[in-house]
Amino acid sequence: MHDSHATGAGAHAAAHGGGHEAHAPVPTGTFVMVWVALLALTLVTVAASVWFPGKVGIGVAMVVTPIKAALILMWFMHLKYETFVFRAMFLSAVGILALVMGLTFFDYSFL
Amino acid sequence: MRAEGATLGTPAGGHAAAHHEHRDDIGSKTGMWLFLFTELLLFGGLFIVYAVYRHKFGAEFHEAAHELNKVMGVTNTFVLLTSSLTMVLSVGALQRARVAESLRWLGATFGLACCFLVIKYFEWSAKHHHGIWPGGEHLHSLPPGEGMFFNLYFMMTGLHGIHVLVGMGVMGAIAARIRSGHVSASRYAALEFTGLYWHLVDLVWIFLLPLFYLTN
Repeated sequence: MHDSHATGAGAHAAAHGGGHEAHAPVPTGTFVMVWVALLALTLVTVAASVWFPGKVGIGVAMVVTPIKAALILMWFMHLKYETFVFRAMFLSAVGILALVMGLTFFDYSFL
Repeated sequence: MRAEGATLGTPAGGHAAAHHEHRDDIGSKTGMWLFLFTELLLFGGLFIVYAVYRHKFGAEFHEAAHELNKVMGVTNTFVLLTSSLTMVLSVGALQRARVAESLRWLGATFGLACCFLVIKYFEWSAKHHHGIWPGGEHLHSLPPGEGMFFNLYFMMTGLHGIHVLVGMGVMGAIAARIRSGHVSASRYAALEFTGLYWHLVDLVWIFLLPLFYLTN
């Protein structure tokens, strides 16, 4: 029992180059580029809602906003650099939310 | 038995000192994400309520959204997005053992959070002057759909505002722990998790912007 634990810790340490998450920091330039993209996408959403109010503006917001969310999740919140387990956990949480939203719409859109 | 464990344990890292601390950064990160999921579902529930009422009162929601100040909403979006950048820069600086720089970026994040709340204060004050406030006279006289729009607006931006306040409190506490050396280049998880929380607050706002300010 004790042996296998020690070996597991060893494998873990090897995989991460250090037992306590000593992964290389992400370059600052990457974060600045993500930030610029986020500001630009916000301007796109605002411009669409001002110049094309109504369906087009809302449509643009519905496409662009999830892209902004993905940028924040992948880079700022580091999901891009995590193991698959964290991405799977996140997707399952979002999946549950989407399911509940979807079922609610069945209740209200088909009255 | 014990000797075997020791020999196998040795190559596990020259991390003998670290192993005695009983730290598990992966485990605590998992816990932090689980907490963030509960936050996601908390706001998610309100987004569902919004979706249902918008479906029911489409025209009233469009009408009521004209009352909101687009410039302030968009400015606050830029403020929060920038605060997310300064937050990751703070974590990056601490990872590189640049403590002073990390504290400066964290201070900038705190300042931007203040800025967000000040703008929010002016926004809410303006609404208050027009009697648009939960329990306010004008709000009460509006058609049901418009009233619902403003109720949801105050509920969702208010809950979000409370999260901003909590985030500022956590930032202050973490800054003290960075100064005292409890949070450092070799153990920066606490600052990293503060960042995760802060980005979630930013993430929620990104969805609030089109739902309330860009709806017309």
